[in-house]
Amino acid sequence: MGEQLLNELVWPVVYILCIAVPLILAVAMFVYWERKVIGWMHVRMGPNKIGPWGILQAFADVVKLLIKEVILPSSANRFLYYLAPLLALVPAFAAWAVVPFDDRMVLANVNAGLLYLLAMTSLGVYGIILAGWASNSRYALLGAMRSAAQVISYELAMGLSLVCVLVLAGSLNLTDIVHAQAGGKGLFDWFWLPLLPVFIVYFISGVAETNRAPFDVAEGESEIVAGFHVEYSGSAFAIFFLAEYANMILVSFLASIFFLGGWLSPLQGWVTADVSPWVNWIWTGSFVWLLIKAFLMSFLFLWFRATFPRYRYDQIMRLGWKVFIPITIVWVLVAGCMKYFGLVLVGTGA
Amino acid sequence: MIDTNLLQLICFYGFAAVTIGAALAVITVKNSVHAVLSLVLAFFSTACIWLLAEAEFLAIALIVVYVGAVMVLFLFVVMMLDIKMEQVREGFIRYLPVGIIVALVMLSEMLALIGVRAMHAHVMGADPAAAAGLSNTAWLGGALYTQYLLPFEIAALILTVGVVVAVALTLRQRGDKKHESASEQVRVNPRDRIRVVKMAPSRPDEPTAGPPQPASPETRP
Repeated sequence: MGEQLLNELVWPVVYILCIAVPLILAVAMFVYWERKVIGWMHVRMGPNKIGPWGILQAFADVVKLLIKEVILPSSANRFLYYLAPLLALVPAFAAWAVVPFDDRMVLANVNAGLLYLLAMTSLGVYGIILAGWASNSRYALLGAMRSAAQVISYELAMGLSLVCVLVLAGSLNLTDIVHAQAGGKGLFDWFWLPLLPVFIVYFISGVAETNRAPFDVAEGESEIVAGFHVEYSGSAFAIFFLAEYANMILVSFLASIFFLGGWLSPLQGWVTADVSPWVNWIWTGSFVWLLIKAFLMSFLFLWFRATFPRYRYDQIMRLGWKVFIPITIVWVLVAGCMKYFGLVLVGTGA
Repeated sequence: MIDTNLLQLICFYGFAAVTIGAALAVITVKNSVHAVLSLVLAFFSTACIWLLAEAEFLAIALIVVYVGAVMVLFLFVVMMLDIKMEQVREGFIRYLPVGIIVALVMLSEMLALIGVRAMHAHVMGADPAAAAGLSNTAWLGGALYTQYLLPFEIAALILTVGVVVAVALTLRQRGDKKHESASEQVRVNPRDRIRVVKMAPSRPDEPTAGPPQPASPETRP
């Protein structure tokens, strides 16, 4: 009884904490990194007062948000107003259950892992819609409407681009998808090469799906103040913030897993030396590579934000429906042909 | 030892109770947004029951399609509507007899179906996915795209026709509509829209008589 309880209850909780706590810390440091990077791109200093190089700025912000009062607008729907931040946060964290960090280093090695991811990312929009509606504010409702339409449109492009990955990998299991990208040609064995247009579509859809600039019409400071979370303050706002950044990091990890070989090394198959376990990971692959790739992908989010002006709403819809979806549909056929004629061999050697 | 069968049974009854409670809430709560959310909860707990039955593909598809897409659109529409509660109540009483008749017919049909199946009671065969040594999803995909390919394609075709018809029915062209074409906007040449002019430098604080003159035509190119 005791041992079974330990195996079925205690260890999973420990593993979940091993993912959730570093994730929250990563969000805090990512916020700091974002402000710093955008500061440099604007030829500013960025945060530099709290801690060395301003590195503790994020923690100061968290403390500030947590001790502020959560204000409930009059004639807001109390229950849904408090429920909405949680509905945004829970899917953003639950999706991490199937993310493989390394071979056999995954919380739940689910066979239908990719479907589970699609399900979780599609649930996040409820938090935004309900926050907009329950606030009983015009700006919030406008933000919620825009966000709902945008997320649904880009989910299609995202799902279709993942279909291309499925066709090549032949599995819904994320660990198997990474294994399918192993081979002797280094980084040219990864799916970004045969699926290059889809890779770009996937990442841009991911930016749109997380409501980040240049697709941040749901917040649109210059038009609708802050969109769906305009009425939220203190810790409720902090939860929305946490969900948004956790989603950004998730999209970066997923793009690395689906198209950039996950934990596989870009030198795979080129170097076969056996030096020492401390060095071998550089060519045999390790979670460090996944972290590096995800860091580079997440840097793109910040780069986009500092570079591009916000899309107009009708341009967003045109891009999603008339550009991305046709590209992905065509590439599903192309990927099918590549698979059928053996142009892409999956999981060879390694 | 924890009896897994017992645990499964408890979970099943828990999920089933939540499903029925949520389904009842859909038709009883006053706030229509709450009703939609109850429907979401009903779908979600149904998916949990299907997961217990090891039908993971169906369960996740239910969440992706219904909870993730269909119900979001529902919520979207309901939020936009300003539904007056009194009218809804009136309708409730008026349509109650029809509703009861429909419910009774459905109940009798379901009972008949269960009765007929009970008469032909046969032990269900082994799970075909487990027998083939595949996951539920892989087996379902294989069966759909090989054995049942034609019906599957016909269903897809019917859905496509439905989408096209829905668009064709609602799309009305108005003659006086102002239309902007995004592709034309993308292709536009900056030189057609803006002209950069060079001006000779001039100092505003130069000693001139009287108030500052507007720039003379000679300084413009």
